[in-house]
Amino acid sequence: MNTPVIEFNRLKKNLKKDLSSQKEVRIALLADTASQMLTQAIKGYGIEQHVHYNIFEADYNQIERQVFDPASELYAFAPQFVLIFRSSEKLVKEFYKKDVPAKEAFASHIAAHTAQLYETITERTGAKVIFSNYTEINDGVFGNYASKVKSSFVYQVKKLNLLLMDLSQSYKNFFLNDIASLIQQTGYHFSFDVKPYINAEMVYSIDFLPYVAKNTYDIIAAISGSFKKCVILDLDNTTWGGIIGDDGLEGIQVGSLGLGKAFTELQLWVKELRKRGVIVAVCSKNTDEIAREPFIQHPEMVLRLDDIAVFVANWETKVDNIRHIQSILNIGFDAMVFLDDNSFEREMVKQGIPDITVPELPEDPSEYLLYLRQLNLFETASFTEEDGARTQQYQEEAMRTTLQKSFTSENDFLESLDMECEVKAFDAFTIPRIAQLSQRSNQFNLRTVRYTDAEVTATSASEAHHTLSFSLRDKYGDYGLIAYVILHEQEAGTLFIDSWVMSCRVLKRGMERFTLERILAVAKEKGFNRVTGEYIPTKKNGLVREHYASLGFSDGGNNLWHIDTGSPLTEQPIFITVK
Amino acid sequence: MAYEQLLEELTGIFRDVLDNDSIVLTEETTANDIEEWDSISHIQLVVAVEKHFKTKFSNGEIQKWRKVGDMCVSIEEKKS
Repeated sequence: MNTPVIEFNRLKKNLKKDLSSQKEVRIALLADTASQMLTQAIKGYGIEQHVHYNIFEADYNQIERQVFDPASELYAFAPQFVLIFRSSEKLVKEFYKKDVPAKEAFASHIAAHTAQLYETITERTGAKVIFSNYTEINDGVFGNYASKVKSSFVYQVKKLNLLLMDLSQSYKNFFLNDIASLIQQTGYHFSFDVKPYINAEMVYSIDFLPYVAKNTYDIIAAISGSFKKCVILDLDNTTWGGIIGDDGLEGIQVGSLGLGKAFTELQLWVKELRKRGVIVAVCSKNTDEIAREPFIQHPEMVLRLDDIAVFVANWETKVDNIRHIQSILNIGFDAMVFLDDNSFEREMVKQGIPDITVPELPEDPSEYLLYLRQLNLFETASFTEEDGARTQQYQEEAMRTTLQKSFTSENDFLESLDMECEVKAFDAFTIPRIAQLSQRSNQFNLRTVRYTDAEVTATSASEAHHTLSFSLRDKYGDYGLIAYVILHEQEAGTLFIDSWVMSCRVLKRGMERFTLERILAVAKEKGFNRVTGEYIPTKKNGLVREHYASLGFSDGGNNLWHIDTGSPLTEQPIFITVK
Repeated sequence: MAYEQLLEELTGIFRDVLDNDSIVLTEETTANDIEEWDSISHIQLVVAVEKHFKTKFSNGEIQKWRKVGDMCVSIEEKKS
């Protein structure tokens, strides 16, 4: 799985950048082991995030001297944050020197000493103090039996970590840098490397340093007021598996069906964030009514409509819709996280709204939750019981505000995609996919004529029919076969569009216009001077009600639409090239 | 020049880790010859060399290194 972290060498290279224009944060770093590279990593990570960490790094193993000496460099530096890193590698050596009664009181003793460090610092400065906790090493002296022995290191180090959490609850400016959890996530063998330890007294491996730096950054940013307040969810293949518009209420994967477990667990997590006070919004390319249905009807959905502060499902671009959500919530884009399985949508949102956080979700939905947890997106520096009640206020606000469309430079974006489309008559390779689209597509489907494999094969061999399949790719990837058209002669000179079906994944890219041009080219080549299309309304294809009208067809009544092969097309740039 | 290929690869690693494109290593190069090569970046170099050659050195081996040529000897030993 891809990690969220930048490698150390890049952080170190950042140190050469000019910081003068950036916001300065004054930090003192005290450690009981060698901290030069840790300092470089934290500083470099700050630069990555456009923050200038001005760091005073105390000499090796000087925590007590710096804190208890009122004339120390620590106090002269006047830090806003004091970072204290203490290691289990040092702690265990101290522990081994004690006799049994002192071992039994060890965690309490270190916790009391920690409280004294904190109180001394806060008496002399206004700084926030961030203590690392301890790696929960099993030193192998008692094995698993250590749990029964109060004088074991295993028992004492776990107790100490708990006592440190208690201290952080007692003291307002006492924060914990939860290194123990980070190590649990990455593994001790990843976080600790004997060579830097033996040769340079470093307790974090080079590859682990960026994790510590990011975690430290997250804490400082949250305390400084920069944190995420809202998560915006895509629906199809993000909140549930499958496509509600095509698969229907019974077909989407949530709960016991298919990969449903993965989506259910993601929903449980999002709901927990909602209870903590994170606003949850929905932004989906869907018909509103269809998109809401699972939230109301599906027995295994965890998220319900009353969890969602703003619900936006329509066919506008996600950039416009997220702007709309932002105008209702009235929070910064930098406080928003957007989750979408589709890399095209993610890229479009990132380009349109640079400040928003858009995680690169793994391909496999089963990995979504694991991946999101390790990103630590929702670091916070406060929590109150009332936070959970926020959703309702926003729901009311959403009712009052109407969608104000703010068109972005969509053309520029589309042009940047280098879209290429392969167009060809049906063949043995494409027929199975075409039959599948024919069976499954409900939304972008003008007449909803269903064809089986055998019927598609027969059509492709028929002299009276003309077929076109469309496979699209852009610089981000291959979408495969996403549309097909079946044409046949209706009366002399007129070509009839029997089927025009497209996957909704590629809406809003000019595929419709591109497809029409191909249809007209076929018509001209075969000597037709008119093309007729028909729209047969169903419960699910409201999306294409205006399809022919918007392409410049004239209304022939009875849901029939005509266009002359020689007539000029509507002015609209196309950014798809024929492969 | 027995280690020509190796020196070229090591030069690439040193340039990247020490962020200095003017570095050119010979077997006789020592930390005294390169300003950025200090005790801290040395650790980083060792780890980068280990990753590049997909091998691990013992602390004993590392402590014997006095010049780049010594690194080459260790790497060759691992490869054979």
